[in-house]
Amino acid sequence: MKKRKKQHTIGPLSTLYACLVYLFLYLPIIMVIIYSFNTKDNNIVFEGFSLEGYRSLLHNSALLDSFWMTVKLAVVSTFISVVLGTLATIGLHRYQFRLKGLINSLLYIPIVIPELIIGVASLATFTILGFDMGFATLVIAHVTFCLPFVIVNIRARIAGFDPAIEEAAMDLGATRLHTLRRVTIPMLVPGIISGALISITLSLDDLVISSFVYGRDITFPIKVYGMVRGKVTTDVYALSTLMILGTVLIYSTAQLIQKRLVKERT
Amino acid sequence: MKAIKPVNKHRNLLPITCMVGPTGLWLLFFLLFPLAYVFVISVMTRSFYGGVQWVFSLESYQSLVDSKYLAIIWRSIVMAFQTSVICLIVAYPFAYLLSKMRPVMKGFCILFVMLPFWINGLIRLDGWANIIRDSGLINTILMRLGIISRPITMLKTNGAVLFGMVYTFLPYMILPLQTSLSKIDPSLIEASHDLGAGKFRTFVRVIFPLTLPGIFSGTIQVFIPSLGAFYIADMMGDNKPFLGNLIKNLFQGDRNWPAGAALSVILILFTLAALKLYSKIGNMDDLA
Repeated sequence: MKKRKKQHTIGPLSTLYACLVYLFLYLPIIMVIIYSFNTKDNNIVFEGFSLEGYRSLLHNSALLDSFWMTVKLAVVSTFISVVLGTLATIGLHRYQFRLKGLINSLLYIPIVIPELIIGVASLATFTILGFDMGFATLVIAHVTFCLPFVIVNIRARIAGFDPAIEEAAMDLGATRLHTLRRVTIPMLVPGIISGALISITLSLDDLVISSFVYGRDITFPIKVYGMVRGKVTTDVYALSTLMILGTVLIYSTAQLIQKRLVKERT
Repeated sequence: MKAIKPVNKHRNLLPITCMVGPTGLWLLFFLLFPLAYVFVISVMTRSFYGGVQWVFSLESYQSLVDSKYLAIIWRSIVMAFQTSVICLIVAYPFAYLLSKMRPVMKGFCILFVMLPFWINGLIRLDGWANIIRDSGLINTILMRLGIISRPITMLKTNGAVLFGMVYTFLPYMILPLQTSLSKIDPSLIEASHDLGAGKFRTFVRVIFPLTLPGIFSGTIQVFIPSLGAFYIADMMGDNKPFLGNLIKNLFQGDRNWPAGAALSVILILFTLAALKLYSKIGNMDDLA
């Protein structure tokens, strides 16, 4: 048994390797933060520290609009995905019915298929249906993409469920709806939160699907995509740096809430 | 019991419709129907005005045999293959390290693998582009040190596309491998050692086979999306199109929808085949 402890010690070579992998993942992010403090819109060389990028960000309404569009899109499509996904996961878990197999296999398609295909298929469909491309089509395409990820996350939580708890609630006189609202959904909250986080991440980051259905409503990734082949301006780096800060804050808060919720229930 | 069942089934119809119905309809209208529609377009005729003429024909599939398209498809498959192999080689030792860590430390390390996802992928790639471009960080340092006199061209090459692909998809390989490695019962490794196998043999005969589901899951999650990620080639490449660029261009630039749809159908079938294969080996939910 003593030997087991040896497993936990990680040698210097392994540590070096892990550091290299992290450097690979984080070096470009560090570069973005550094460039956001650059003096000029010349991101080839770092010329000196300034807050010029942040100042020009305040006046770049097109860029700020694209940012808010992205946030709005992520929040709305995540909300829809979470509502649909929570109900569907419970239903799929609890009942047996004929179309269950079909729905289950359909769910895996957006997870595995290249996003490009969802973009192309949505473009073709919205075109023939005569939809006006814009926020609404963005939301539809994003929900189609995010919903399966939400369901898989909630399902991971529901798998370890004791059905006796729900039965107990019903035996004690709670109606089905009441049981769902007061017992089932609260127990799923950690899965719902992690599903929502993944959905927000996917939606915020998405360029591929959006690039087919955005119409007149430009999102931040599309805005950046329009720039990267020319030159990315300093205010984009400034906005990205602020987003990095924001996501770190949001993520740590979400983790804290989740931990507290888990603690309360155990 | 048996007498009650039909009554129950009938009573369940309402909750099933309310709970699963919306998602089912959503998937039907916005996933199944669009995919089927892409298939329909692929067997139609291209109209001269860039639209679709509703006349059945297989000309779009015939046009795929065109050597120009074939070269792009082949190049994309090679790129996706190289990306998967490099990701696997880089990720496996890293995932192995993760699986050996104490739970708290491991949680932290996995979090830091996922954290970059929160920052726009294009911005991160652009960060790398700035490092490797002719007047970028690496070349500047090497020139200042006098090691090279002229910048080495790294950006806008095929290698840079491969680099960008590996960068973008590496986490998708690390996570499933880590899950797979962590699931291995340590007593199996002990048993292997007790039976006289050395470290290498234990790895080849015990650990590696047990992580095959993870390897396969990771490979699917790297290989398939890399076939469609057009923006990586746009940012890092030398303007040579890959499959993603080709499909995007056929839908948006050249407006040859039938040909774009035919290529999409091939990608869809390819994905479905991989899924079918995977469902026999691993747990489908692990793919998310």
